Amino acid sequence: MDISKRPQTFERQKGFSNTVRTEQVSTRPATYYLSGAKIKRFKMLEESSEPGWLSEEVKTGTTIIAIEFDGGVVLGSDSRVSAGETVVNRVMNKLSLLHDKIYCALSGSAADAQTIAEMVNYQLDVHSIEVGEDPQVRSAATLVKNISYKYKEELSAHLIVAGWDKRGGGQVYVTLNGLLSRQPFAVGGSGSAYVYGFVDAEYRKAMSKEDCQQFVVNTLSLAMSRDGSSGGVAYLVTIDEKGAEEKCILGNELPTFYDQ
Amino acid sequence: MAAATAMRFGQLSSGSDMAPDWTTKEVSTGTTIMAVEYDGGVVIGADSRTTTGAYIANRVTDKLTPIHDRIFCCRSGSAADTQAIADVVTYQLGFHSIELDEAPLVQTAANLFKASCYRYREELMAGIIVAGWDKRRGGQVYTVPVGGMLVRQPVSVGGSGSTYIYGYMDSNYKPNMTKDQCLRLVSGALSLAMERDGSSGGVVRLAAISETGVDRQVILGNQLPKWSTTGYIPYCLSKGLEIYPTV
Repeated sequence: MDISKRPQTFERQKGFSNTVRTEQVSTRPATYYLSGAKIKRFKMLEESSEPGWLSEEVKTGTTIIAIEFDGGVVLGSDSRVSAGETVVNRVMNKLSLLHDKIYCALSGSAADAQTIAEMVNYQLDVHSIEVGEDPQVRSAATLVKNISYKYKEELSAHLIVAGWDKRGGGQVYVTLNGLLSRQPFAVGGSGSAYVYGFVDAEYRKAMSKEDCQQFVVNTLSLAMSRDGSSGGVAYLVTIDEKGAEEKCILGNELPTFYDQ
Repeated sequence: MAAATAMRFGQLSSGSDMAPDWTTKEVSTGTTIMAVEYDGGVVIGADSRTTTGAYIANRVTDKLTPIHDRIFCCRSGSAADTQAIADVVTYQLGFHSIELDEAPLVQTAANLFKASCYRYREELMAGIIVAGWDKRRGGQVYTVPVGGMLVRQPVSVGGSGSTYIYGYMDSNYKPNMTKDQCLRLVSGALSLAMERDGSSGGVVRLAAISETGVDRQVILGNQLPKWSTTGYIPYCLSKGLEIYPTV
């Protein structure tokens, strides 16, 4: 396993985690719902003048997508991490490595999602040494599902697991709320609501690798332009038999639409 | 409608589980509505479902309400509120048109909606799209969402199902489309939204408004555009079930 490709830990994002919140006196509830509207309503009642990032939980309100093609998968995500109305990280890569040819896309609470990804990364390493070969995508998805289901009351993160293995080829699994389901493609995060119609209309079976990449980029661009919690750059990961290829598409290179 | 609570992955139930929710929930046109302008007129469309909680009170609702000969409104939100506002505006516009002695402007109708929706914004829950044709500016679409803002747009969607079709609309709308392209865009978008939104469904009602008149159509469930991911046929294929022929 290539050490340099380990998933990013929260400490590496400079600045935010070092801030010690000693000034904070308000008692906030420990859990926040995924819906951005719920957090905004809470803020109005509080009438607080402090900036959101001092007290709001950090969320990857997000758009993530994964799609399988014959011989691999393509994963895509935006790069915005928000705490209330503040964008605390505008270049975060939400496509996290679980193994050489298995990645997961993070959404929901940033802390919860990253912790799950790191735990599963470790468990997969142990498992792959025990069996003596590369793990199956289904195994990775099951490990994520087990954590999501067991701690479903405490966690609020949704991970889409996708990758390639020699037994099943390219596969995409969703693990929302602790279920496990394989799908030809999956979208997730707050921005996904705006593109359900688009992906339903545009998806066709047996698309080529380049078609899938274009499909992912178009979907991300549409969602990022409509969802306030998604934005920044688009990250793409293409996984096939030969390995994983990461790509970053800057904001000005994304496709634009009629009103831009 | 209900844009603030649109992200419902798992509905938290409120109140007693014994009584069915349609005894307590308000009647709402949780809905998908859409309007597109083209050179020479507008095309408007809506689904046909009215719900009280989980019960479908009316599965063949007509949410495209005429306000004047060439001006329609698409209603979303509380059924009672939108019907009442539409009645008030129909009266006001009819009176104004008699005073003026000519056909009223779409912008006038839109401003009348805005006036009522803004003044009573605390009591009302209404999201309305006003669309029509007039001599001065041709086809126009004005949207008056919850809260009472007014803005003119070339294409507009509204209602609870609208969130799912923003991406489809952004990618498929181009300026200067023909009437047939607009009809296909609206019926395609509505069928996608109806597939994903539990509060939208039934049939698709369309209307094309132009100088010559209003042309209304109904597209039944089995005649809707088909996509590879939605509906009866992909479901059967994915489960290996036999596909029974539909009429």
